[in-house]
Amino acid sequence: MSLPTTLTDFTLAEARDAVQSKKVSSRELTSAFVKAVAGARPLNAFVTETPDKALQMAAASDARIAAGTARGLEGLPLAIKDLFCTKGVRTTAGSNILSNFVPPYESTVSQNLWDAGAVLLGKTNMDEFAMGSSNETSHFGPVFNPWRARNSNANLVPGGSSGGSATAVSGNLCLAATGTDTGGSIRQPAAVTGTVGLKPTYGRCSRWGIVAFASSLDQAGPMTRTVRDAAILLKHMASVDPKDSTSVDVPVPDYEAGLESGVKGLRVGIPKEYRIDNMPAEIEQLWTKGIEWLKAQGAEIVDVSLPHTKYALPTYYIVAPAEASSNLARYDGVRYGHRAKGAKDILDLYERSRAEGFGKEVQRRILIGTYVLSSGYYDAYYSRAQKLRTLIARDFTLAYEKCDVLLTPATPGPAFGIGDKSADPLAMYLNDIFTVTVNLAGLPGISVPAGLTAEGLPLGLQLIGKAFDEATILRAARAIETASGFNAKPTQWWRAA
Amino acid sequence: MSVDKDTVRRIAKLSRLALDEARVGPMVDELNGIFTWVQQLNEVNVDGVAPMTSVVEQRLKMRDDKVTEGGNADALMANAPGGEDHFFVVPKVVE
Amino acid sequence: MSKTIKGATGEWEIVIGMEVHAQILSESKLFSGAATAFGAEPNSQVSFIDAGMPGMLPVINRKCVEQAVRTGLGLKAQINLTSVFDRKNYFFPDLPQGYQISQYKSPIVGEGEILLDMKDETITVGIERLHMEQDAGKSLHDQHPDSSYIDLNRSGVALMEIVSKPHMRSSEEAAAFLKKLRSIVRYLGTCDGNMDEGSMRADVNVSVCRTGGYEKFRVDGDFKHLGTRCEIKNVNSMRFVQLAVEYEARRQVDILEDGGTIHQETRRYDSKANETRSMRSKEDAHDYRYFPDPDLMPLVLDQAWVDEIAKSLPELPDEKKARLVKAGLSPYDATVLVAEKESADYFEAMLATGIEAKAAANWLNNEYFGRLNRSGLAIADGPVTAEANAAIVAMVASNMISGKIAKDVLDIVWSEGGDPKAIVEARGLKQVTDMSAIDKAIDAVIAANPDKVEELKAKPKMVSWFVGQVMKQTGGKANPGVVNVLLKTRLGIVDEG
Repeated sequence: MSLPTTLTDFTLAEARDAVQSKKVSSRELTSAFVKAVAGARPLNAFVTETPDKALQMAAASDARIAAGTARGLEGLPLAIKDLFCTKGVRTTAGSNILSNFVPPYESTVSQNLWDAGAVLLGKTNMDEFAMGSSNETSHFGPVFNPWRARNSNANLVPGGSSGGSATAVSGNLCLAATGTDTGGSIRQPAAVTGTVGLKPTYGRCSRWGIVAFASSLDQAGPMTRTVRDAAILLKHMASVDPKDSTSVDVPVPDYEAGLESGVKGLRVGIPKEYRIDNMPAEIEQLWTKGIEWLKAQGAEIVDVSLPHTKYALPTYYIVAPAEASSNLARYDGVRYGHRAKGAKDILDLYERSRAEGFGKEVQRRILIGTYVLSSGYYDAYYSRAQKLRTLIARDFTLAYEKCDVLLTPATPGPAFGIGDKSADPLAMYLNDIFTVTVNLAGLPGISVPAGLTAEGLPLGLQLIGKAFDEATILRAARAIETASGFNAKPTQWWRAA
Repeated sequence: MSVDKDTVRRIAKLSRLALDEARVGPMVDELNGIFTWVQQLNEVNVDGVAPMTSVVEQRLKMRDDKVTEGGNADALMANAPGGEDHFFVVPKVVE
Repeated sequence: MSKTIKGATGEWEIVIGMEVHAQILSESKLFSGAATAFGAEPNSQVSFIDAGMPGMLPVINRKCVEQAVRTGLGLKAQINLTSVFDRKNYFFPDLPQGYQISQYKSPIVGEGEILLDMKDETITVGIERLHMEQDAGKSLHDQHPDSSYIDLNRSGVALMEIVSKPHMRSSEEAAAFLKKLRSIVRYLGTCDGNMDEGSMRADVNVSVCRTGGYEKFRVDGDFKHLGTRCEIKNVNSMRFVQLAVEYEARRQVDILEDGGTIHQETRRYDSKANETRSMRSKEDAHDYRYFPDPDLMPLVLDQAWVDEIAKSLPELPDEKKARLVKAGLSPYDATVLVAEKESADYFEAMLATGIEAKAAANWLNNEYFGRLNRSGLAIADGPVTAEANAAIVAMVASNMISGKIAKDVLDIVWSEGGDPKAIVEARGLKQVTDMSAIDKAIDAVIAANPDKVEELKAKPKMVSWFVGQVMKQTGGKANPGVVNVLLKTRLGIVDEG
């Protein structure tokens, strides 16, 4: 197979092979990406660029390769979502309240990557505290989608909250990136940027060192150009972590193995409740195409029902803010982070530090969360939502008696314009309509690029799997990737800017 | 169930978020929009359904009783606004 | 003591309940690996978890769980094999996470009881529950006029919160409850009970009601019969508990007699002024918004593990007391001996040498404890070992030395050390039982005191003066019993039965 001529066009798998076989040095590869990152500032995908560190790490990797002690991701430049604490490197969670926070510790997931020899290009922009579906709530400004509609100069959102990572991958600013997904924050941006995004089973990747948003929903995952790349990256991100009580004791398999084994005999469920009212025709058509592709490769298509689907979004918007309101109480200006000046007493310190440090969406969700947990409302809201969650999870368990994976659209539409949906919080929340069920049930889900809209914008299809069955959704995603032949790339409009 | 201005002010206080009076009204509307929307959960019969207490089907892991952390006040204080002599400092608190 | 207070309009009953916070003895904290030792440099025993830093997660310490179970078993309480950790949300500078991990609806230990040996009766005080929770850090308010200084060493240390039922009826019972609870946890080794170091603190709930109210409560369990209660927080000595209860009960009676009502509130005991004062703050009452901590699964214990812990329990005060009473001690003496684990262990060590229980108890209570008290020493710091004291008691029992000589020997061992037996040998302190030697001494005394011999005929009770003289003559070494008998025979005194 011939390698791309432009270093930044490599997939993770191609780069790995090239570097391991010494066709390309890490220094060359890293320099190319460092340059690409610097040249892509109009996209605002990075909060912190780490070129010096990247080149240092690259040099160390080259030494290892020369010595024959290369590890699984040796010398490969990656972008890390700014929600992962990176030791000695500023970590902001997209927020003013952490705008100068330099962690004295490294998250388990990113440490796993450095232990495998990967190189840090920088920390990617994101919706503040991972709350958002468009990367418009970041204190550091919005991220722009590398994709633009045909014949249009309008800036589009890259999705969120992992918008910076999605843009970095889509714009060839890194080989791959990490994201986190609480209600769709990996899968939705992946879908609208034409990239692959995988949210593993809850408990697959450690949450230690990842700034917490909603503890029972957050999960780290890979954002990549190809399905194979996602398998490779997930293999290294995942681990059993004794420092995380919710990390599940299941060994990490080799996700690359079996990737090409096809979908013959695979039972693919099509949940009828995902056919929502006013579903855009293009989405419907793409979904139908996806069904055809899998069928053509020997999969068995099964109609299934997930009766509580419509309640997933409101359930999510009770549970997630509730947990967030508690998780964000620690940002109080006392031990780290933004502290309001001239506070006259402790109450003033708290109230102003937090009001100055948190953006509007975060404040709104904290208020929602505090309210639904408060005395007199806990049963009506939080407790009821947790019961709905049990029902939603049960829907999947029952469906999986009849099928092995589920195929659904990833998003209700393509990337939208900056500012289009920021007026009404509810309109924004609806972007997660196909993805939140998966977080509520703790299951794995992957978004794989499947086609373009009439305006030339990417759309993705989602596969949802059984707990700890990432292998199956990966090979099904590979089958879709193969059948769709999706190889469109955004025009690099920001270079001209 | 809907919220009013007093409720919003009270919730803001509980959350330790300073809320300008000018923002209270709009926040009431935004929150009510969301709370009205989530009311649909009341349509569902949840009798006999247990709330999901843990997503993970696993026993709580326990660790050995050993000292493995701490002893690094410098790292701890590195990001502290206005720390002194290894103490965190805040405006005087009256208990 | 009376269980009622006389007011102007009649009699009032006092009802007391207590919540005791006891720090668990363990090397590291409840959810982190930082050390727990008292008195360390500020913020030197703080994990990033204890400091509530971004992305940190709790992992529970098995030893702390074991200690809580052990304590529950010592309180004859029900051990709940499944319990849940909840977050108690509130803001305070010494609470880094903005919430305390505690147990709200499902504690690890359920109902139990503690027996109190009061002067005239034994009372059973019910235990409502015991749960585990994190301790908070410490705030110093007197270092600077405008600032408070926060030390997080204590943040995250494991606490047991032991909640009693409102079964105490007087200030003495309240103090006795705390004393007994402290004794039990020290026996078990689950808490050191050092109230001056803060390892044990009591929140005391006090209410008053008209006579008969308490009985009604015991019948139907309705708290209304007990009157409105006030909580006195963080009382850190048994004496203060007693004083605080007395002040508070009187305060409440005075208000009610004046026609006022008691407002349920939190108060603080001021030991300098000997009064309780309202802690009512400017803010709203706390709404803690308890919800199950999503970072932790429910705690599930195996019955087999609990059974193992039960087997490893030491003999507790009540059982020890029963055994000692059976061995011949008076209930009072037994109670005194078992009250402190140190004295009980010391006593057992003495018994282990083979001496008789009653003699050992009398010796300790009458001779050794008095000396310790006068010197302000605790048993552990006393200069005489259990074996040495036992040796003295044994020598008295075998008539080797007299009771008086025994005291002298104790004084010598106390100030100079040494083996009691060797001291007796070296200084020739052995009791003289040789009849002829005593006869000689009697002869000498009679010969020297003819006038006293005359007086004796009229006052037979004067024989004791003669005994004293003979003892003096023999340097205190004669066996007083033998002297008595021989003297009476010689002087012709008939023992009146």
